[in-house]
Amino acid sequence: MQDQTILDQLIQTVTEAAEYKQALCIRGGGSKDFYGNPQALQPPALNTATWQGIVDYEPSELVITARAGTPLAELEKLLHDHGQMLAFEPPCFNTSATLGGCVAAGLSGPRRAYTGAVRDYVLGIGLLDGQGRTLSFGGRVMKNVAGYDVSRLMTGAMGTLGVLLEVSLKVLPKPAVERTLCIQTNMPQAIGIMRRCAAEPLPVSATCFHENQLYVRLSGAESAVHTAHARLGGDEIKDKGSCEENFWKSVRDHTHPFFQQGKSNGKSLWRLSIQSTTPPLSLPGEQLIEWGGALRWLVTDEDTDAAKIRNLASGAGGHATLLHGNKTATPVFHPLSPALLKIHQRLKQQFDPAGILNPQRLYAEF
Amino acid sequence: MNRKQLITAFLKFLPEEAILYEAEDLRPYECDALSAYRQMPMIVVLPRTEAEIAAILQICHAGQVPVVARGSGTGLSGGALPHAEGVLLSLAKLNRILDIDPAACTARVQPGVRNLAISEAAASYEMYYAPDPSSQIACSIGGNVAENSGGVHCLKYGLTVHNILRLRVLTIEGDVLEIGADALDSPGFDLLALMTGSEGMLGIVTEITVKLLPKPETVKLVMAVFDDISKAGDAVANVIQAGIIPAGMEMMDKITIHAVEDFVHAGYDLEGAAILLCESDGMAEEVADEIKQIQTILQASGAVRISLARDEAERQLFWAGRKAAFPAAGRVSPDYYCMDGTIPRKHLAHVLEQIEQLSAEYGLRCMNVFHAGDGNLHPLILYDANQLGELEKAEAFGARILEICIQSGGSLTGEHGVGIEKLNQMCLQFNDAERDLFHAVKAAFDPQSLLNPGKAIPELHRCAEFGAMHVHRGAEKFPDIPRF
Repeated sequence: MQDQTILDQLIQTVTEAAEYKQALCIRGGGSKDFYGNPQALQPPALNTATWQGIVDYEPSELVITARAGTPLAELEKLLHDHGQMLAFEPPCFNTSATLGGCVAAGLSGPRRAYTGAVRDYVLGIGLLDGQGRTLSFGGRVMKNVAGYDVSRLMTGAMGTLGVLLEVSLKVLPKPAVERTLCIQTNMPQAIGIMRRCAAEPLPVSATCFHENQLYVRLSGAESAVHTAHARLGGDEIKDKGSCEENFWKSVRDHTHPFFQQGKSNGKSLWRLSIQSTTPPLSLPGEQLIEWGGALRWLVTDEDTDAAKIRNLASGAGGHATLLHGNKTATPVFHPLSPALLKIHQRLKQQFDPAGILNPQRLYAEF
Repeated sequence: MNRKQLITAFLKFLPEEAILYEAEDLRPYECDALSAYRQMPMIVVLPRTEAEIAAILQICHAGQVPVVARGSGTGLSGGALPHAEGVLLSLAKLNRILDIDPAACTARVQPGVRNLAISEAAASYEMYYAPDPSSQIACSIGGNVAENSGGVHCLKYGLTVHNILRLRVLTIEGDVLEIGADALDSPGFDLLALMTGSEGMLGIVTEITVKLLPKPETVKLVMAVFDDISKAGDAVANVIQAGIIPAGMEMMDKITIHAVEDFVHAGYDLEGAAILLCESDGMAEEVADEIKQIQTILQASGAVRISLARDEAERQLFWAGRKAAFPAAGRVSPDYYCMDGTIPRKHLAHVLEQIEQLSAEYGLRCMNVFHAGDGNLHPLILYDANQLGELEKAEAFGARILEICIQSGGSLTGEHGVGIEKLNQMCLQFNDAERDLFHAVKAAFDPQSLLNPGKAIPELHRCAEFGAMHVHRGAEKFPDIPRF
């Protein structure tokens, strides 16, 4: 199909849906169908996967622009070939994951606490609003404060404010050397070490604690990595080509046995994003910690009290999201305060007056 | 509500000295650092607490009185220009650092705290707050949030939006919004990003949690002189292409070199067409390696002279010239007008060439300083406001520069904001539907448009008039970029 035809069809579908108030489920590769309130998957799909392709990439500008349907793997391969990367290390839950889904879901991987999240790298977007208007915000330059930051507002909005068409991202050079250390320790001590790592100028790019092992990834110049290793101690995970890469990839993409267990029958997988210094959370089940202590994954029985989990997360300055488990019993995303919900509903009303874009995917109220 | 009614209402909870209404007291507030635009406010209030701000907003909301927030008044786009029938809300008295948490690497501060004061307070923990706008000695963190301020270390450490975690915001309708979190993300829309850079149009920030970074162990600075500015531009691209993200990368053109050298005697090479300052920070070993690599690349890119600052004193001296660019402009010219466009770096030479042509066309000199790493250009147009028509000429020249930036695929403002100054150019960068959506965003927070009305986003009729003026010039937005 011609590019223009694909785009025209997307515009036509949204325009008609707005006219008839027909809800749509925006879908790229479908790798994150599990993410969000399940009732949002019922309406007919608006397929964005065919709207794909790299629009512009100049390595020395540190900017890549691509259409929303571009497979994430294709994008990462291109960057890799030029010694660059997406610094937020987005999860690829399967090979069909697209750039649009990555930005709409706003999920970042192990590097997030050290180099930033998806939203930190979004420079500009093109989108279809709920009336089928094509709009663009931000741009392809590093700094841009003209108008409100609609590009970042779209990041993590789960498609409820618009259909992403094109995204410009800042990219970074790949570090010259990466090395992962493994330190035997318990959970309270691991959190302490993670915090010390953050407070010192060390080239740490990821941390993960699971089953009495603290994994610390160092990234940077050989000299920096070497010195940091000497300071932190711990055993290097030797098999760099496969094992080390596979470890962080398995945490990123949830193929690690911990996450697999969370997806099994009768279990729930919770994501608690909280203040990094919070001591170990007392919750039934098993935990895996990332992001220097700021991200606590919980695998627990499906009947564990959701309110208790959410209260603990709120008390620790954060929130809890249900990734897998019984989503009819509890909403997926942490409830908003009435004042924030009011702003969310008004923004939704402005961007998508007919309420047709991914209704209820984020919150039942819109 | 008129002035008298407002004073009566405010006196119920504010001390007398927190309410200014005599002309002589209002005068210092008539402009921010963009002094070409002046407007006396009806009244100035200086609350000390969030509760007082809430009470002020409630009265203004009930009486439909416009409110313009102001931090330190160092803004360069007229964002804090008062409203003639409005209240100017100064946040300068909310200047306490509430809490520093070295383990979490955060500081909780009030909006009137000076940017540099945060780093000074964090220094005892060997930490600092990364964004460092040139006015950091005076500018407030609340103003930084309103403008999404940058600085000379943005490429590596990001802008304000990358370095804050949480905001407490009062809406004009009286709601308290807790935006962001002590965690690294929060549920729902990214309102933290939406608030950052919103120029006081969406809400009043009463508390900010910022991220602190550990101070780098070592910092080194290289200065390179080029005989051709396009070679300097290529050098920047070559450094980045080699996989290096310098902590800072700044460029100055010949006229700037001369102006600052006369002023600070930094030892700059007056023969050079461009000077590039390139800084590396991190662990000692890493910095030593990176500096070596940078020197090799600069050499290969055609630098005629490369010097490594021998010690901290010389590093400060090399920087002194760059940091003195604005005051130096003020020294060689009675007035100067600072622009803030961004461009994809590859267009640098071409854009500078066009600026030079315009300089001849308007008969006004222009100094160019450039945050080279992130493509943010600050042309300083030199003029004399006492010469009839020169201000207008300078403004017209500046507008043309911004149009060139937009046509090159860049933006009309990288870090100074739109304010009152760049409203016309917003008509070029955004189409009717896009600006319509901006107004819709504002309406979601401030349905009656009481907060800083008339700034940042032009009304449709303004663009219609401006468009009619500009069509003949063919100033089309992104002509080479496909639009969908």
